[in-house]
Amino acid sequence: MLLVLEQCLNGLQFGLLLFLLAAGLTLVFGIMDLVNLAHGSLYMMGAYFAATFCAFTGSFVLGAILALIATLLLGIVLELVALRPLYGRDHLDHVLGTFGLILFFNELVRLVWGPAGLTLPLPASLGTHVALLPGLAYPTYRLMIIAVSLVVAAFLYWLVMRTRLGMLIRAGASNREMVGALGIDIRLLYTLLFGLGAALAALAGLMQAPILTVQIGMGENILILAFVVIVIGGIGSIRGALFAAVFVGLVDTLGRAFLPDLLHLMLSATAAATIGRAVSSMLIYVLMAAVLALRPEGLFPVGSR
Amino acid sequence: MSAAIDARNLVVGVLLAALALLPVYAHAAGDAFALSLFTRIVILALAATSLNLILGYGGMVSFGHAAYLGIGGYAVGILADSGIVSGFVQWPVALAVSAVAALAIGALSLRSRGVYFIMITLAFAQMLYYVASGLDQYGGDDGLTINSRSRFAGLIDLSDRTQFYYLCLALLLAAIALCWRLMNARFGMVIRGARANDRRMRAIGFPTFRYRLVCFVIAGTLCGLAGALLANHTDFVSPAVMFWTRSGDLIVMVVFGGMGSLFGPLMGAIAYLVLEEALSRVTEYWQIILGPMLLLIVLFARGGIDGLLGSLGRG
Repeated sequence: MLLVLEQCLNGLQFGLLLFLLAAGLTLVFGIMDLVNLAHGSLYMMGAYFAATFCAFTGSFVLGAILALIATLLLGIVLELVALRPLYGRDHLDHVLGTFGLILFFNELVRLVWGPAGLTLPLPASLGTHVALLPGLAYPTYRLMIIAVSLVVAAFLYWLVMRTRLGMLIRAGASNREMVGALGIDIRLLYTLLFGLGAALAALAGLMQAPILTVQIGMGENILILAFVVIVIGGIGSIRGALFAAVFVGLVDTLGRAFLPDLLHLMLSATAAATIGRAVSSMLIYVLMAAVLALRPEGLFPVGSR
Repeated sequence: MSAAIDARNLVVGVLLAALALLPVYAHAAGDAFALSLFTRIVILALAATSLNLILGYGGMVSFGHAAYLGIGGYAVGILADSGIVSGFVQWPVALAVSAVAALAIGALSLRSRGVYFIMITLAFAQMLYYVASGLDQYGGDDGLTINSRSRFAGLIDLSDRTQFYYLCLALLLAAIALCWRLMNARFGMVIRGARANDRRMRAIGFPTFRYRLVCFVIAGTLCGLAGALLANHTDFVSPAVMFWTRSGDLIVMVVFGGMGSLFGPLMGAIAYLVLEEALSRVTEYWQIILGPMLLLIVLFARGGIDGLLGSLGRG
């Protein structure tokens, strides 16, 4: 029972990380109508920046903050140089252009940091465990990820729903010409929004970095999971992204942890291990197919546009 | 059609003649590498041609087309691994499995439009990639070596590089002819009409979903054939052939060549793979040049090679 609880926490933590990535993606798509495959590259750059700055400053928190700022600036430069000409173009153009950016960033990282991955060691103060229940010690760092993600989710909600900036963002989503006509610099708004998305991706990347290694292509697999989250949640909906991300995180983690054992009740050990592994890696895609079959617009569709 | 010889026809004619004569050159110059490179190019041109059916003519941006390359390849590889080496069994199975996969993926993803369609095809292809990686008894991540190429009872010997090249070229030309037939038939008109205005096509009574699904299945099946060829060419199949960047490469080839043009995918495949080869000789980090180049092409040369030739012809 404790094991189930622990895996649920792991799933929640993974889901919230996915949410950080999916939120940036869905904001950029929902409001700027831009399909950004290079979002995963920003996740990767965040992790590499963090590993570099942490080693340089010797402080995890300081390095993380510097990495966030660096990725924010990178996102803004990227938007100004490469993506601005793509607005209003066909989605296929977005896909191809940002696919080119992925190749560029992967190769850039290989050139600068080399083909071998980096590690981002945790400070000793975060490497501890907290006893949540008698017999259940959970890593402090993973709890911290959950807490930070929840704070960011609340901040996003506040930003989008309660501030003037958020009001402009939502207005820009429903009618960008009108917002422009009312004297708002919509281009500046887009640039800021893209920078925010980049920083969110970097935050996800640098928080994940101590758990996994920092390596080339790390952003691509998780990017596709973020797509699944967005498809399930409904494109453009932050609320949908949050629910779908936690759902996907839980299903994926629990499936990987328990499906082989469940199958073992019916099958031989080797068959259960093989089939369990195959089925559990397919689980979230099956989930996506089911959602699509029932609700092609996702679970939380943004009002029809 | 008024000018019998315009720039486009001339280039296509020269290109086909060059492709037909390539083995002659390879034998004369002893350049086995050129033959191998162009066999690969022709096979990927077949895959790009199949993608062009849905992407170029149908406007369906499938980002998971490389999945069928893997399905076709694994069908050949797994059958060969279990001792069935007859091409008369392997290839129909490869085509059939690809068709079934395309039917399932198409039935689900064609319900959606635009970005959803892109993301969903991508996700399903990635799912198949993970399934292939999980096939432990067939090599898993490391892939599966194929010890014997498909055998066709003495009709043709695939181990002979020249014969294999001509087989690939013939299949590519057959596929292009099929595309031409299909797209100028009523079927193709419906597909193109649905691309331009789906709602209107439905209003005048065409069940466009079914037409698009059939088109999607044909494209997947043709790409499965390319996968079977590719596995025979490399004597190897691994999950890497169905990784999502492979699907991206195929899209790039189609757009490079010119979407919805008959010989565009062939020209795009040649341009892209030769460029890749040339850049990788200049620097180890060739993708750092290729990436921004893609962005520039998207921004400034949208019609691809075919579009450039067309504008030359109009003068």
